[in-house]
Amino acid sequence: MSTTTKAARVPGARAAWRPRGPRRPWRLAAEAAALLVAAVVAFPLYWMVLSALKPAGEVQSDEPRPWTLSPSLDSFRRVFEQQDFGRYFLNSLLVASVVVLVSALIAFLAATAVTRFRFKFRTTLLIMFLTAQMVPIEALTIPMFFLMRDVDALNTLTSLILPHIAFSLPFAIWMLRGFVKAVPEALEEQAFIDGASRTRFLWQILFPLVFPGLVATSVFSFISTWNDFLFAKSFIISATENSTLPMALLVFFDTETPDWGGVMAASTVMTIPVLIFFVAVQRHLVSGIGGAMKD
Amino acid sequence: MSATADASGAGPGTRTGAGAGTGSGAGSGTGSASGPGRSAGGAAKAPRRGARPPRRGSGWTPWLYLAPALVVLAALLAYPIYQLGLISLLEYTQAQVSGGEPTSFQGLANYAELFGDRKFWDVLLATVVFAAACVTGTMAVGCSLAVLLTRVRLVPRLVLMMAALGAWATPAITGSTVWVFLFDPDFGPVNKVLGLGDHSWTYGRYSAFALVFFEVVWCSFPFVMVTMYAGIRAIPSEVLEAASLDGASALRTWRSVMAPMLRPILIVVTIQSVIWDFKVFTQIYVMTDGGGIAGQNLVLNVYAYQEAFASSQYSLGSAIGVVMLLILLGVTLVYLRLLRRRGEDL
Repeated sequence: MSTTTKAARVPGARAAWRPRGPRRPWRLAAEAAALLVAAVVAFPLYWMVLSALKPAGEVQSDEPRPWTLSPSLDSFRRVFEQQDFGRYFLNSLLVASVVVLVSALIAFLAATAVTRFRFKFRTTLLIMFLTAQMVPIEALTIPMFFLMRDVDALNTLTSLILPHIAFSLPFAIWMLRGFVKAVPEALEEQAFIDGASRTRFLWQILFPLVFPGLVATSVFSFISTWNDFLFAKSFIISATENSTLPMALLVFFDTETPDWGGVMAASTVMTIPVLIFFVAVQRHLVSGIGGAMKD
Repeated sequence: MSATADASGAGPGTRTGAGAGTGSGAGSGTGSASGPGRSAGGAAKAPRRGARPPRRGSGWTPWLYLAPALVVLAALLAYPIYQLGLISLLEYTQAQVSGGEPTSFQGLANYAELFGDRKFWDVLLATVVFAAACVTGTMAVGCSLAVLLTRVRLVPRLVLMMAALGAWATPAITGSTVWVFLFDPDFGPVNKVLGLGDHSWTYGRYSAFALVFFEVVWCSFPFVMVTMYAGIRAIPSEVLEAASLDGASALRTWRSVMAPMLRPILIVVTIQSVIWDFKVFTQIYVMTDGGGIAGQNLVLNVYAYQEAFASSQYSLGSAIGVVMLLILLGVTLVYLRLLRRRGEDL
């Protein structure tokens, strides 16, 4: 975020095409509108956290109030006391981490291949990667189910890890391409002249330079894996100890009379890691790309 | 060394739109819109324009790097797609899955059954209309907020950006539960504020779709907003100054200067939204409890899933999947043509 704001502050030139004086009331109106929209956009998240902290009687009340005077952690306690919730959380974390690490590595190699080399079928491959992103993964649940059954992976975390690696790869490669491309060729020539082997260049020079891009790309693999409940629902049938967080959330949600406090607490628990990842990556991007927003 | 560091800085800088999380095409969009992203690498020391430095013995190296990706994609993407097509041509129900009956080749019979079913056409129509509504809503909200962002000072901009980032980061499933709760007839604040009493949003077909529409727009507009904002910022200020010196009105500036320059990004963002919204699954599944009362809120994706896993009609589900795949392939081809026409260097 701060990159864009920095860029906005530095060049005074941009202000020149927007006359200042008579437009002032308009700007104030625009700012009021922006703040209002921000409040509306943030409201669902605020309500989620608020409801998670409200005591049970206030959540299921006919007079919902936008505040609470007696916050309590009861809902969170109920959620974590539900059998194996902590375990589901760890499962989710494990699956997402493995997918992020493996797909980042594979995507880095592939992105390097398609940007730093010219070879036959290069364009064909790129078009394939682009097309692969459009594949509706939900529709592939059916054949994927039989594939996992045939390799005896049903009911294991492997049945969640493998498909997600495959589904996050095309997008990761496509996105990383830009980052790899941005590392100047001259650097590579220099490294070879200095006698570095290709492998050494790849891991000791290119990898650290592309790392911020890798992290940014990882957000997407992480989110799609973390959010998935379709595979968890379809592939983890009997071994509930291998289930993931979304399934636990749906346990609270899927009843005739949902325990809203519990649903909101579980939703909060599920949302927070993603928010942290987002914020962390945001900062990483800024420091990694470093003042590059010079426009 | 500092020169190269600078050059590497300028490259990703123009792509921060992509870096900040816009996604696939956005990087190429900004890159080609402004140019420097592409020339940064080449300009540093380009022996021949557009030509990569010759690599000694590089014949098999790229394939070595590509091998892991290709193996994974072949086994876990290409093969399942092939299987999907195959299953859609077979008779494949619970009996065949459990091995009770042999599978038999049906040709296009499953498709004939599907296309002969009114419900399929209903669902297809609902999917297209719903996706179109979501794309329109997302683009309208995202673009207008991007313009709004350029008109405000630091603090309001940061506040709006943070709020949007929060909505963006929210997992689809928790977003769905929260929105259902907000619109809950008994305990939700929305009905209270609007004075709707215990009106149930998920009961009626259109109000249920509307509820899902709100959630989808809420969680997808930030992508459009951030990308478009980055795009607008990347327009050189001289161009806008020149327009303003020539006495162009704000509307005229937008139509004749900004819109054409933003066109590549607009295309990328629109296509990406079309693809996402056409594939909406989680929101429909969670918010309308698996497709609504009597399947009134089904979209193709959920329909395929229900046919396969709820009714054990695996071949029918696969046939629906193939139809979706073909439609999205069509969208992709349009996208590729647009990229090509712009002379995008892949």
